[in-house]
Amino acid sequence: MKLQVSSQLAIYAVLELLAHRDRPVTVGEIGAKYGVSNHHLAKVMHVLGRAGLVNSTRGAGGGYQFNGNVRRITLLDVIDLFEQLGPPAADPADPGAATAQGRALLQVLREIDDIARSTLGSITLATMEKLVEQQGAAPAAAAIRNALAGG
Amino acid sequence: MNTRSASARRSARAPGASPSVPDTVAIRAARGEDLPQIVALDAAITGVAKRTHWKRLIERTSRPRDPEGCFLIAETPQERGTALLGFIEGEIRAWEFGSAPCGWVHVLGVHPEARLHGLGQRLLDALASEFKRAGVTRMRTMVLRDDRVVMQFFRAAGMMAGPYLELEKELE
Repeated sequence: MKLQVSSQLAIYAVLELLAHRDRPVTVGEIGAKYGVSNHHLAKVMHVLGRAGLVNSTRGAGGGYQFNGNVRRITLLDVIDLFEQLGPPAADPADPGAATAQGRALLQVLREIDDIARSTLGSITLATMEKLVEQQGAAPAAAAIRNALAGG
Repeated sequence: MNTRSASARRSARAPGASPSVPDTVAIRAARGEDLPQIVALDAAITGVAKRTHWKRLIERTSRPRDPEGCFLIAETPQERGTALLGFIEGEIRAWEFGSAPCGWVHVLGVHPEARLHGLGQRLLDALASEFKRAGVTRMRTMVLRDDRVVMQFFRAAGMMAGPYLELEKELE
């Protein structure tokens, strides 16, 4: 599956705020890391702010800080702010909608969506931080193993 | 499967704000004399008393001939005796569904008053240690996919989706 860009950016932005809990993070910093425009990112941050997931402070030293419970908020909570991942509704405009074949295909697609929602709803931001840490540590560990094996 | 998911659904919690288990809590293998407290705690969690089920489970997991089963309880001392705070039961199964030996977590229950202190995680860690001691390197469980609380608990414990997908059908 593929998330919309806004959903992806929102997840990256929240993880960046969590990685720098001790200070506000600017849109410019996040944008530079992920190679996205400040304009697009500002829109994403606005949605996150409206949902109460981030706080912003203006002026020198200002920026965004995470505001929420990392052990309760899931990836799905963030994604739901930007796109609807739920099972597709039967679309009467679909040429096969009234056929058994169309309904069968919809049944399979709904199963896939159910599993996707369940997975995203089970990953809290705290769990995501652990996964990020593992991914960050993995290349370093591999390099050490390679160095030891070679040396 | 119902026992596993129903009990876990009501007992597990994603890690909360106070993650420490009191030092007085001890984890040990379940014994016959634990049966009344186990039945009572499970009934309080699931709403169904299953004395025969738990009796058989304790008997089976305490048989020396059947070292693959493991039933652990967490208890804390009281003025008279001890109080049961939680339990976990699992088993090493091999070659079913083509799987190499693997430790299954069947049921995890924590007393409602003892939740959000990391006790579920400690029970899970203790069972994992038993599995490792027996030589298996992988642990599995099954969770209702719309049960977010239990899913989050196991995810927070580092468990990810495995290579199997459960399939089922209604028998007419």
